Amino acid sequence: MTTRKLVDARGSFCPGPLMELIAAMKAAQIGDELEVLSTDKGSANEIPEWIHKVKHEHLGTKEENGVWHVVVRKAK
Amino acid sequence: MRILVVGGGMGGTILANNLARRLAGELRSGKARITMLSASDKHMYQPGLLYLAIGRATPDELYRDQRSLLEPGIEFHVDPVEQFQLDKNQVTAKSGKTYAYDVIVIATGSRPVAEEIPGLAQNAEQFYTEESALKMFKRLQQFQGGRVVIAVGVPHKCPMAPLEITFMLYDYFKDRGILDKTKIHYTYPIGRTHSLENVAKWATPEMERLGITYETLFNMKEVDGAKKVVRSEEGSEAAFDLLITIPAHRGMEVIEKNGLGQRGFIPTHRHRLNMEGRDNVFVVGDTTNLPISKAGSTAHFEAEALAENIAAMVKMGTPVRDYDGKVFCFIEAGKDRATYAMFNYQNPPDPKAPTRAVHWFKMAYNKLYWASARGLL
Repeated sequence: MTTRKLVDARGSFCPGPLMELIAAMKAAQIGDELEVLSTDKGSANEIPEWIHKVKHEHLGTKEENGVWHVVVRKAK
Repeated sequence: MRILVVGGGMGGTILANNLARRLAGELRSGKARITMLSASDKHMYQPGLLYLAIGRATPDELYRDQRSLLEPGIEFHVDPVEQFQLDKNQVTAKSGKTYAYDVIVIATGSRPVAEEIPGLAQNAEQFYTEESALKMFKRLQQFQGGRVVIAVGVPHKCPMAPLEITFMLYDYFKDRGILDKTKIHYTYPIGRTHSLENVAKWATPEMERLGITYETLFNMKEVDGAKKVVRSEEGSEAAFDLLITIPAHRGMEVIEKNGLGQRGFIPTHRHRLNMEGRDNVFVVGDTTNLPISKAGSTAHFEAEALAENIAAMVKMGTPVRDYDGKVFCFIEAGKDRATYAMFNYQNPPDPKAPTRAVHWFKMAYNKLYWASARGLL
């Protein structure tokens, strides 16, 4: 069954939202969705860039009150 | 109030000592009791392993007897916890003995898991244990030149370690006179040379100045020992003669076996440091799942905030402050220069150019640490 896991990386300068996502991917199952919360605008670009490079799926990005929500799916 | 501290590393030790001082009267009167359970009677200064790996420290410098670091009012047992029965407010330890508590602090730390990447443990050197750091140094001594690759797993303890070992290796090879026969290639998991943008802005031109090549967006997938290449999830590969890894880490097995958190990291409230859903279970150091550095200073600052809160809970029934995400990391930029990064949830770091003064302060801190562990600094 597909689940969506929240990766709360708000206020994370180190290791940062993308590193938090890379770590969370290890604990996820294929097909799982992960939603990264980030207060770093750069994450809205760098997370999809990495996701495409490693061939997972980027499901969408939106910004709400200064927090970027980047949703991805583990594809392999 | 019975306070149980599980783990005798940096976080647990600083917390217990800080708390014992704040509750000195309550400990004497019997209103409070602090018990620490640890897996070892020795305390290791883990940042010292970096120096051990390049021959600039010896193992004995990294250890003290745990009891010698603890305030007299703290009851200490070498009896690692095997079962957490949080609904019953008790744990069962290796001896079979059960320890009941009113408040528990879990500070069991994290461990390197190079074995998760096929071929990595067999073909790479690392420095996160005494044994592996000594092995790495002996390998370095035999190294006569070639291609050195640094490869980094996620998450890892000490976010500055990848840069520090890279710059320290540069000076090590330079001092041995084999730099002209050595090529250092640095890889990193995200799209710049360090997770901290301002640190990357300093480190990248520094690497270019020294002739250290780098590749970003490189997450280890496998190591082929026969062909001497490390391949990435992103589809590239790096050939090596000597592979140095900062391996990915997991929390301790006992956390995973007791179902307290995926990969051994416990879901933790970012300000109050309680385990999510539990008011009397607290977590400090590498054991949390917080999106901040797994570093000694993180454990230190968390422990100080939590000790103040637990003491306030004993004295007035309520915590008094939030942990603000504070982290302070020294960054060794070679054998004789260093800088530092300090930040919290709200404020990014702004590292300055490396200086000899900061390096010597780091050298001094390596000795001052024992005062820090005692809760004096």
